[in-house]
Parts: sequence; structure tokens; C-alpha cells
Amino acid sequence: MMNWDRVREKLSILSDAAKYDVSCSSSGSKRNNKEKGLGDTTGMGICHSYTEDGRCISLLKILLTNFCIYDCAYCVSRRSNDIKRVAFTVEEVVDLTINFYRRNYIEGLFLSSGIFKNADYTMERLVRVAKLLRTEHKFNGYIHLKTIPGASELLMKEAGIWADRVSVNIEMPSEESLKQMAPEKNTEDIIKPMAYLSTAIYNAKEERAISKKAPRFAPAGQSTQMVIGATPETDKDIMYKASSLYAGYKLKRVYYSGYVPIRDDGGLPGMQSEVPFLREHRLYQADWLMRLYKFPIQEIVNNDYPTLATDIDPKLGWALRNLHQFPVDINSADYEMIMRVPGIGMGSAFKIVNARKFGRLGWEQLRKIGIATNRAKYFITCTDANYQDLNLQDTTIRQRILTQTNSKFEKYYTQQLVLF
Amino acid sequence: MISLIYDGTFEGLLTAVFEVYEHKWAEAIIYKQVHVQKDAFSEQYSVITDTEKSARVWRGLGKKISDSACYQLYCCYLSELVGVENLILQYMRDAFASAQNIEENFGSNTILQVAQIARKVGREKHRMEAFVRFRLLKDGIFYAGIEPDFNVLPIITKHFKSRYADQSWLIYDIKRRYGIHYDHYTSRVNTVEVEWKEGVAANNVAKDAFEPNEELYQLLWKDYFKHTSIPARRNMKLHIRHVPRRYWKYLIEKQ
Repeated sequence: MMNWDRVREKLSILSDAAKYDVSCSSSGSKRNNKEKGLGDTTGMGICHSYTEDGRCISLLKILLTNFCIYDCAYCVSRRSNDIKRVAFTVEEVVDLTINFYRRNYIEGLFLSSGIFKNADYTMERLVRVAKLLRTEHKFNGYIHLKTIPGASELLMKEAGIWADRVSVNIEMPSEESLKQMAPEKNTEDIIKPMAYLSTAIYNAKEERAISKKAPRFAPAGQSTQMVIGATPETDKDIMYKASSLYAGYKLKRVYYSGYVPIRDDGGLPGMQSEVPFLREHRLYQADWLMRLYKFPIQEIVNNDYPTLATDIDPKLGWALRNLHQFPVDINSADYEMIMRVPGIGMGSAFKIVNARKFGRLGWEQLRKIGIATNRAKYFITCTDANYQDLNLQDTTIRQRILTQTNSKFEKYYTQQLVLF
Repeated sequence: MISLIYDGTFEGLLTAVFEVYEHKWAEAIIYKQVHVQKDAFSEQYSVITDTEKSARVWRGLGKKISDSACYQLYCCYLSELVGVENLILQYMRDAFASAQNIEENFGSNTILQVAQIARKVGREKHRMEAFVRFRLLKDGIFYAGIEPDFNVLPIITKHFKSRYADQSWLIYDIKRRYGIHYDHYTSRVNTVEVEWKEGVAANNVAKDAFEPNEELYQLLWKDYFKHTSIPARRNMKLHIRHVPRRYWKYLIEKQ
């Protein structure tokens, strides 16, 4: 029988401390319900609820403990911080996961931890939770384990066997910043496990392609996270780092976590500073352009444009710098180019290339398909007469789009304009 | 102009389509029995649901369009929107009349509308898969009452059956007064009607009907919900867009 008051207290503290990890993804893994066990993972991922800050709640995201031997400046659980320390037992985490899952509150578990004693001691416990869930409870829900920097390969291998996703946080966008903010951690301890996981995931996929009986290894892949806005890197630095992580370690996702001020010392933005929401948002948009819209990152940010514009999204920014590639003829351009038009998303681009097989498209159909004509009209032609003069200057288009549309971020960038 | 009146079942609707072709009616409107309005100017025809006829229509359609397009039409039917039958009829007419598969002709109003309604229904299905909150009853059944915008129980059954294979559960549609019940001994899902005791509503089950620990897990879930939020990032507009207010009454964390 659990001691409920103790468990309630632990859950409050350890979910509070885990919430700065932004990943909530529960997709990308397929695990069928075997032998009438509990749960399945369909590959789709479900957001069961949303926090009051609008982030999805898909997993029970907690730390095993907030005891920590490290003193990283940006972290609430840092050794020198005067806070209450608690630790879950392995059984408590298992019980919470199972009972939340059975009530359809969650898709699974995201377990991370502060580091007590040493890396392996902590990692061994994380692995034990996952193993218990999979074996004794026949649990087929989603499990995301955070690996502890410096943990042995043997334990990481086990983590990959039981979990759907494993991740190591890169923490900072550059080595210098990591040195400054987390002097006891070294990049090596982060990169080595990332490289190990990348190879292990690749090998397991190869083996499973030959034999379905080969064991899975972290089928949902690995992801990482970096804190942005706490250190001086530019958007270009951040995106180049992300791009090299995607390419080098085949990461599924890089998460950008706008720094939430937690202290007034330590060389970090103070308690009065704002969370860089808009910057974070633009970085995610750039990440999307890179991963899904197949833009080489150099087209989005480069030495001439190291900072993403705040008032317009990165795709529009790119289009305005590349007006020579427009206008695009909706009825003949290829899919990739149509995706590059501001105001046309992947879904609309797909509908357009299919619909035009049945007949040429005009404005009415395009609007019904769901494109944002107020932006796209400057960049495309269709069967109907052009909406307007297509020989406008980039500054004119920018001005018109900004005055004719309302951005939910207006309050952030008008504020910035004052600062400039 | 002829008005066809069917019984509200999907088979009934497909039978109605069969009759339209059988009688070569060029102009026809299909009504659900409850929606019928006396219209002095049009002739009325009562459709008698016939599984053989409906199967023929469905099979024939399967030769013209893909499975996922057929599923879209079924979703449109589940939307229960007034007049959706005629959109479905128009779509089928277009599909049967054309030599090539028409389902991706998003330039056509009919096809675009079907895709859009199906998407709405799909979204509601997904929401229910997310927002169902089971409470464990003393007799070992995990119970959830819901009130979805569209009639999605038939299309969420598979999801819950394969996920919660080792526990018995009941999801009850309060608005439409029926539920789906899975029995983990027989591994079968049955459609059920529930007779609620006097004074007990589907969304107001007596406290002592629940298993003793049930309230504690609900409390833990509420604690978790509260503490996983970041106050410095609070954004209620976004929160409400993701979790519209009409769903709050079923979400334990929003009580």
C-alpha cells in the first residue's frame, strides 16, 4: 500500500522539476498489444491534455529524483539550489504509470532524473523502471528514457531495448556555453552516448529489415534539447548546430527550450526577463522548414542573415530574399516549389498537385483548398487574372502583408522595435 | 423531385442510394425519418433497409474509389449533419459516373466538402481517444461518459479495444444514449444501452460505486496537471484552443 501523502508530495516536486524538458512526443513507434497485455503504441501519438501554457500532455513526465551531484547554472535541481529533495522508488513510478495509463490519462512515461551518487547508479534505476513495465506488467505503451551523461554503454544498450525513445540533452547550443553554464559536464559525455545510440539504432533497424525477430532498439529514435536565450548564440549558430545533429546522429527531433528565468545570479537572464517565446517559435518554424520542407539550412540563415526576422515567418523571409524564383505557376510547378510558397502548407500543396490533374485551378478553388491567399497572392499565378501586380519590391510586399494581417506575436515584435 | 425517407442507419442510407439508381430518379432528396418535413410538392418514398442492396452499393463504390475515400463517406454519415445524405449521394453519383477515380479532385465542391466534413469527424474521433477519462468502478469496469459532437463510438471502438485488451471498460455516449462495452474475458465489444437507476445520470455516477483508490488517482492526476504547467509561459488562449470548454466537464484535470 502506498503512502499517498508522500507520493503526492513527490509527484508535485518531481513533475515540477521535469517540466522544463519540452519533448512530449509519443509518436514514431509501433508496438502492438501482445498476448492481451496492457496498451499499444500506434505510431500516431495522442495528446491527452494540454497545460495552461498550451503544451501538450502526452506522457507522465517526471524525474526519478531531484537530488543531483551537478551544479548546472540553468537547472532548478542544481546542487547549490536550496530546495526540497525527494526520490521516487522504482515501484512508485511503475504504479503511477500503470494507473494513469489504464484511465487513459497518458500515452506512457517520460522518465528523467537528477544524478545521485554517479551516472550508472542512476541510469540503472531508470532502466529498471522500463524493464519492470515491459516484463512484469506487459506494458506496451510509450516509454521515453533520458540517458544520464557518462552512463556505461551496457546500461544504454538496455535502455534502448526497453524504451521507445532515448535522449541525451545537448543542453547548450555551443561547447563554450556548456563549459560556462555546466563546468562539471563535458561535451564528450554528451556526444559519446549520442553517437553510441545513433549506431545502435541504425544497426537494429538493419537487422530488423532482415529478420523481424531481431530485437528492437529505441524504435522511435533519439532526440535532444537545447536551452536558447540563456547564452549569446545567434539563430544561425543554433540552427547550424541543429542541422549538424540531424545529419550526424540521425536525430528525430531537436527541441528548443526558451530559457525560463529561475534565478537572479549565475550570469543568466534575471527573474524579470521574458521567456523568448517568439524566438523559440521562429526557431521551430525554421526547424520545420529544414526537416519537412527540405530547405537546406543555409537558405534560411547564413552569414548575411544570422538572425531570423521576428515580424515575419522564416518562409516568407526566404521568399522575399528570393523574389527571382517567383511567381510560381500553381498549375505547372512541381510539388517542392509549391511547398515553398508563403501561405501554402504541406497539406494544401498536396491537394493542389492532386486537384490539378482534374482541371486547372483558379483562386476560388485555391481558397477552398485552404491556402492563405493574403500571403500567397504575391507569389503565384493561376488560371484567373493575377490578384495584383507581381512586380512589387520585397519591402512593399512585406509592408502590405504586415498591415493586412494580424499576428498573434505583434505584442512581442512591436516591443522589440522600440528597443532597436 | 422525390423524397426518400430512411431509418437513419448506414445500411438504410446505402439502400436509399440503391433505390435512386433502381428507379433512375434524376432528382432525389434523402431524409432521415426524424427530419422529415411534410412537403406538399414532392412525392415521398419509404426506404426499407436491405442489407443485400446496401452491400451491393458499398461493393460497387469500392471499385470506384479507395478504401480511405469510402471511410471518408462513412465519417460524413456519422457527422449526422442535416442534409449530409445528399452530399453523400452526390459524391456517389460523381464516383459512379466517372471512368477515373474522382476522390482527389479537390477542385470539386462535393469532394472538397466530403473531405472537410470527414476531417472534422476524424478530429472528433481523435479528441475522444484523447479525452476519454476512465474511472474504475467497484465491479472492475473502467467507465467513461462522453458527449461527442458527432457519433464517433463506431470508429473509436478499435482503438480502445486494442489498447485496453486486459481490462473491461464501458464508454457511454450520453447524448445518443448508447455505449460500447468491452469484456476482457470474451475479448468482445458490444453495443449496449444502459438503464440508469433513478436519480443517477450517466455523468453523475454515485461516489460509492467507484473503487476505493479511484479518487486518489484522480487527485494525483490533478496534482500532476497543475505542476507540469509553467506559470511563466501561461497562455490560456492556446490552452482553450486545444481543449475547448465544452469538453472540460469530462476532464478530471479541469474539475
